[in-house]
Amino acid sequence: MADNKGILVVGEIAEGKLAPITAEALGAGRRLADELKEELSCILIGDKVGDAAKAAVAAGADKVYTTEDAALKDYENDAYMQVAEKAAKDLAPRIILLGQTSMGRDLAPRLAFRLGVSAVMDCLELAIDGATKQLLCTRPVYGGNAKATFSSEALPQIATVRQKAMSPLAPDAGRQGQIAAFPVAIDAGKVRAKVLETVKEEVAGVKLEDAGAVVAGGRGMGGPEPFTKELAELAKILKGAVGASRPPCDNKWVPDTIQIGLTGKIIAPELYIAVALSGSSQHMSGCSGSKCIVAINKDPEANIFKEARVGVVGDWKVILPAFTQRIKELTQ
Amino acid sequence: MNMIVCCKQVLDPEAAPATFKLDAANNRMVQPPEVKPVINPYDEQAVEAALRIKDTDKAAHKVTVITLGNNLIRDVVKKPLSMGADELILLEDAAFEGGDGFAVASALAAAIKKVGQFDLIFCGRQESEWDDGQVGSGIAEILGVPSVTVAKKVEVAGGQVKVERVTADGFQKLEASMPCLITVSNELGEARYATLKGIMAASKKQPIVWKPADIGLDKVGAAARKTKVVKLFQPVKEGKCEIISDDDLKVAAGKLADKLREYKVI
Repeated sequence: MADNKGILVVGEIAEGKLAPITAEALGAGRRLADELKEELSCILIGDKVGDAAKAAVAAGADKVYTTEDAALKDYENDAYMQVAEKAAKDLAPRIILLGQTSMGRDLAPRLAFRLGVSAVMDCLELAIDGATKQLLCTRPVYGGNAKATFSSEALPQIATVRQKAMSPLAPDAGRQGQIAAFPVAIDAGKVRAKVLETVKEEVAGVKLEDAGAVVAGGRGMGGPEPFTKELAELAKILKGAVGASRPPCDNKWVPDTIQIGLTGKIIAPELYIAVALSGSSQHMSGCSGSKCIVAINKDPEANIFKEARVGVVGDWKVILPAFTQRIKELTQ
Repeated sequence: MNMIVCCKQVLDPEAAPATFKLDAANNRMVQPPEVKPVINPYDEQAVEAALRIKDTDKAAHKVTVITLGNNLIRDVVKKPLSMGADELILLEDAAFEGGDGFAVASALAAAIKKVGQFDLIFCGRQESEWDDGQVGSGIAEILGVPSVTVAKKVEVAGGQVKVERVTADGFQKLEASMPCLITVSNELGEARYATLKGIMAASKKQPIVWKPADIGLDKVGAAARKTKVVKLFQPVKEGKCEIISDDDLKVAAGKLADKLREYKVI
């Protein structure tokens, strides 16, 4: 595939709009495309693409392809693969980018294997090797205890990008770009794994991904109550959200949807207050992009103190009420 | 029903970050000998998912575990047997080392083809070394079977497999035809402990060992890679945490809040 050219972002639509992760992937893709002096395109797949196509142009795409079909309402691998495979073959991009999301983690590997290549998942940084034009993908490995940079000669190079790791461009409604239909006749008979029902378990209040301040608890919270009392109270004062490391989720103290970490949510708030959590590399993978990390932990050797900007060593039961009280005074 | 579970022996991901050392010559991380390797935790949960189905009719269902690697420690890789799996196949050879997701999935798919009969294949959602998360989907693609990833519940009914797949804001219920490959996430719940009876039974079972030639592949491991590792490195942590202290913890807590105002984050 020596003629492969350009970058294709396989985009996502969330609640009728261009998903933030797609704007981030387009931001990264724009930078790479400019360096290669090649085109950046985006394919949007769904039952209705609507204004998301214009948003993709505003976010940096030169060309936006839209594939609409009632059978594409929910993400189903066998249906979306029909579109992704055709796009990869017909458009022959050099690089295909997806988000490391529920869809991207599922679609990217199968697409890669179908095309006879291997994907690089969950990338934090993307760059072009000037000499070979190859994509260099840097990602965390060993649970965040190391990083590795990967490349490959085989084209297309496929990578997924971690949420909040890449900067989107400021949306520019004046940007020029083409929008074209990319029709694919979906063979519903080939869809072997079908979605029967989608269940949302979103917690009330500020969404974790959007919160400017996050108060997270770990194993040391000791049970479910502090998450709905002390941590929730502090989060409310900060107009933020409550999160957790993995042990509270595994112990069913809190819903799985508030897990922050490598396999949970990836967040980058202004303020991250880590209470009674050790700060394992896996957990830090989900919050290391936070602007200011605050640690409260009784173990001075806990890894969280290597990650935090400021902290107090001691029992959260003593510290948190006084801390919350003072925060309340300062913010009112 | 025949179920196959793919398990990997990995460095202990729960060990302290300081135990991970860079082996730059071999582009991998190593741990000191006193830190014992483990079965990748998600893979243990994949074994658990298969065993929960086996529990519904022990005589009717068979669980075969396949583990790929080199210098595999027997009492580590036998853990799925002591949990209740029926058979263990080891793809064990120096040539299997250094593979990427493509190389590993190709070898496991070849081994599964050799096993021949399978209704469900389980993998962990990702392994804790390269955190790649594409081997499961890759095996499914090579074998031409459907896949459902990041499952928290798996049941078989009416010749179909019903799966609850974890999403960012909840989950989806899916139904798939079999054979099907499923990758399992931690939301499935904890894997069972090995029982004493299970450990005794496992100690008597000898794993079947296959070499690359046994699965009909000339290129495996590093030779079958599609991607190359340009660089493996440990990011330097600044570790400049300012510890606020006071004889009275409550005073320290107040000072911590004042500090956040000083930083202009509140």
